[in-house]
Order: sequence, then C-alpha cells, then structure tokens
Amino acid sequence: MASDSNAAVLAARPAAARPASSAMKRFARRRSTIAFLMTLPLISVIGGLVVWPAGYAIYLSMLNRRQTAFIGLENFDILLDSETFRSVIWQSCFFAITAVLLKALVGFWLAHMLHHIPTKGQRMWRGMLLVPWVIPPALSTLGWWWMFDPSYSSINYLINAIGFPSVPWLGEPWWARISVIIVNVWYGAPFFMIMYLAALKSVPDQLYEAAAIDGATGWQGLRHITLPMMQNIISITVLFSLIVTFANYDIVRVLTNGGPRDLTQVFASYAFQVGVLSGNIPRGAAVSLFMFPLLAVIAYFVLRGVNKRTKEMA
Amino acid sequence: MSAAAHPSGRPSDAVPGLGRRIGSLRSERRWALWTAYISLIIAAIVMLAPPLYMLLTSMKTSAEVADLSGNPWMVHAPTWENYAAIIGNPMFRGFFYNSIILTVCVVAITMVISVFAAFALARMKFFGSQVLATGVFLTYLVPDTLLFIPLYQIVGGLGLLNSIWGLVLVYPTLTVPFCTWIMIGYFASIPKELDEAALIDGANWMQMLTKIFIPVALPGIIAATIFAFTVSWAAFVYPTAFITRPDEMPLTIGVVSQLIRGDTFAWGQLMAGALIAALPPVIVYAFLMDYYIAGLTAGATKG
Repeated sequence: MASDSNAAVLAARPAAARPASSAMKRFARRRSTIAFLMTLPLISVIGGLVVWPAGYAIYLSMLNRRQTAFIGLENFDILLDSETFRSVIWQSCFFAITAVLLKALVGFWLAHMLHHIPTKGQRMWRGMLLVPWVIPPALSTLGWWWMFDPSYSSINYLINAIGFPSVPWLGEPWWARISVIIVNVWYGAPFFMIMYLAALKSVPDQLYEAAAIDGATGWQGLRHITLPMMQNIISITVLFSLIVTFANYDIVRVLTNGGPRDLTQVFASYAFQVGVLSGNIPRGAAVSLFMFPLLAVIAYFVLRGVNKRTKEMA
Repeated sequence: MSAAAHPSGRPSDAVPGLGRRIGSLRSERRWALWTAYISLIIAAIVMLAPPLYMLLTSMKTSAEVADLSGNPWMVHAPTWENYAAIIGNPMFRGFFYNSIILTVCVVAITMVISVFAAFALARMKFFGSQVLATGVFLTYLVPDTLLFIPLYQIVGGLGLLNSIWGLVLVYPTLTVPFCTWIMIGYFASIPKELDEAALIDGANWMQMLTKIFIPVALPGIIAATIFAFTVSWAAFVYPTAFITRPDEMPLTIGVVSQLIRGDTFAWGQLMAGALIAALPPVIVYAFLMDYYIAGLTAGATKG
C-alpha cells in the first residue's frame, strides 16, 4: 500500500523524482518491509498449505461423492447414522485417552527413576530408552507386527514359556485394540520421559532439602513439591500428546489396517479408507473434520499453558 | 536453611535424633536406587526388544524363520544374505534414493524459511508479528491427518500426485512451524546488546543475521535441522496418500507396502529393509543426542 502512494508521488511530481526514489529506498530499507519479506515464505506455507486446505476441507465435506452438487451437512449425517463410524469415534477416544494416560504414567515413572540415579549413568540410560522415539514409527510397527504374528509370535513364545496360553494379538477385537495401545505407549513413553526429566531437573534441590529437614517423606515431597512445580509441563505434554495420538495413523495402518471388522479404525485410518481408498473424497474430508472441534479445544489449552510458562520463565 | 536456623553448630548437635534419621535416610536412598535400577533395566529390555528382534529376524534364513520348533529369540546360523538381497534390490535402492532427495530438499527449504521468519519474529516487532507467532504455534498443533484429504485434491490439481515433488511441496507443513517456533526461542535469547553493537558498526539486517544470529544460535539451528530431518524421513501419511507408483515412493511407505507381497512374506528381508531404512535417523541420534534432545524439549520450555 505504501509503495502505491510512493508510485503516485513519483507520477504526480516527475521533477521530484530524486527525493521520491530515495523515499522508495528508505521504504525498502524500513524494518517492517524487511520483516514482511522475511516472513513471506512462512506466511505462504501457513496460508497456502494449512489455512486454505482447512477451509477447502470444510467446503469439500459438503459436496456429493462426485463433487458435482452441494449437499450441505448430509455427509456428516450419514456418518453419524452409520454403526461403523460410531465405533470409530468410540475407538479413537478410547485409544487416545488410554494411550496418553499410560504414556504419561510410564514416562513420569521412568523420568523419576532416571533422576534418582547418579548423573554419570543418566546419559547412557536416557540414550537407550529414547530409541523407540527415534525409529520411524511405521518401520518399528512393522517389527511389532511380526512379533504379534499369529503363528510365529515371539511374544507368545515368551508368554508360553512362563506357562500362560497364547494370546490372539491381532485377531480378536479387544486384543487388537490393546496391541495398538501397547505399540503407541512403547513409541511415545520415551518422549514423556525426556520432557519430565527436563522438568524434574529444573526443580531446585533446596526445596527437597528444606522439606526433608521438615520431616517430609518422599511421597510428600512428590505430592507437594514435584507435582506442583511440574504441573504446567505435565499438562502441556499430555495435551500435546492427546492431539498427536488422537490423530495417529501409521501404527493403526501398519499393525491392523483397521481390522478385525473395522473395530480398530480411528479417525485418521477411517478417513483414509473412505476418502482415498474408496474414492469418496468429500466423505473422507467429513470424517477427518470430526477431529477438528476436539483438537481446537485441546490446542486452546496447550497455547494457554505455553503462554503461562513463557511468562513464568520471563 | 538449616544453617540459618542453627548458626551455632552442626544441625545434628542442635536437633536430637536427627543423626538417626539421616541413617534411615541413607537406607531409604539405597532402596530407592535399587528400585530405580530395576525399573530402568526392565524398561530398557522392553524398549529395545522390538528393534533387537527385528535385527535377529533379519539375520535368519527363511527356513529358520519358518521353523516353529526353536526359540524365536535365538539365531542358530547368523547370515547377512537378507541384507545383501535387500541392498541388491533396485526397487529398495530407489526408495532410499527418493528419501534422500526428498529429505535434503525439505530440510533446506525448511531451514531457509524458518530462520528468516524466526529472525523477523524475534527481533523486528511489526504489525501482526505477535499474531503470526501464535499462528505458527497453532499450525504446529494441526496434525497431518486433518489435512491430507484437501491436500490430496490440491496436489492432484497441480498434477503432482505420484511424484516426490508433490511431497517436497507439502512436507514443509510438518516441519516449518516447529522449526520456526524453536528458532524464535533461540533468537529471542540472544542479548539485544549484540545487535545494537552491530547496528552502530553499520551492519544491515542481513549481515546481522548471518554474522551474529546464525553463529550464536548454531545449537538451535542444529536442533531444528535434526528435527526437520527426522520428521521428513519418517513422514508416513502424505506419501501413503499421494504416492502409489513404487518408483516414486520414499522408504517408509515403500518398505511397508512394496516389500509385503503375497502370502509368504520374506520376513528376514523385510526386517533387514526396515532396519536399513531406520538407520539414518538412529545414526544422527547416536552422534547428536544432546542437540536432538534439546530440540525435543525446546518446544515446551522455550519461546
């Protein structure tokens, strides 16, 4: 806009071309212009590849299968009426909540244990325990898939060895659900561990010393010092992981591909099946849009937590 | 605190019974240490068992894999033939090559976009900069599974389905927001005096960025690069949706979809392929663990 006015000045007063062009130069050297140019690629990525597709998804979800007619909310209606989709909603929520709770508990426990041992050894243990997080999940799930294989299961071999019967890991709906959760917890718990360990290290030792002198037990120290000090980071991590787990695709795709009988389908895998594999793009878009309200609410709380933390650190 | 309460001498002199309590504290410590080590050993076994089992399987012949009588956790005749077979497979080499090109392009694009943007957002207050910084964080929270269907349409409209260039176009949505976010944090922690000194010496913005900010925030840049690398190497949703032709597939979807064919799986080869595919991020992690972890935790503790 400012460059327009400069151009106008240039056109109206040809005699004053020199001061105007130096004004142009000044404008080009101005902080906000440079800043705008520097952020332009970022703005185009966010605008063109996130905001626009999100809006486009809403539009798509209101078209018919061949994308020729506008049918309003019919896709959402049909989905909510279908038994399969209702089980998808249930399974997604069950999966996300159970997996995140377990990841948080395991991660907290491991971080705590890691914090207790001498600092020298911490690096090595941390290095080993973070390995699941480093391997691309699609590939490590392939290993799990093979470990769960009905006839060659190496996990069943161990279970048999201690005298229990074989488990139909991926064949029976409930066991399939549990398998998906196990793999997700295995993959995600190390992340929680690292986050909590960083938070534990930021709690000043004097607080525990003071509490010990006042006669506090270890449990009381945890309850009244550790948890309150870590509250913010715990909630940020849990909420963030809730988003990622809720929208998870790779583990379900590789491990069960939604089976048996679509009972382990989550939003993402079902959207993929309906939208890409069966070719009903508008309905697939509608499936993934069902995630949006929940994600928006969680994102709001994450942002609040992060802002609060930024203020605390400042 | 205790010293303040008992300035006259050692705390144990002043408080009767504290000596005994310290003794019980010591045994409590020892017990806690044992619990810690036992928990960590169990956790390490569980965490490392799947990759270890993949390695064991990859070293077995097909006959040994199919043999149900033995212990699956043992290898009787270790062999590297699965690795030779998978590396000799031109399709697999193609996946690897695609992954490398894809990842190098995405990392380069990501770092250029996010370093410039983070510099502007951290140092130049301008109209809407606060909103944009919040927007960056919010886009980081948008999962890829929410957007892959409209992006499928958009990429298809551009004629880039079944091409790694379509992936080069969309992968920055996975990497740019987080990298920008942590770079804002690193840049903001650089003292203002440094850029004031540079300004007085007559440096322009570009010189300030390349001569001061990038060198000083190098650990942050390394952490962000590692993040961009691991994310684009491991990305799964977009390639699965956009690529169906084996010769354009990157490793993740290639290994998962193309090496599994028919009813009799070549498990040994499959596991060898998956392990080789997982190797680059693991190597980066092994050598740059501290940067890796710094990047991981920076998202919530900085910015």
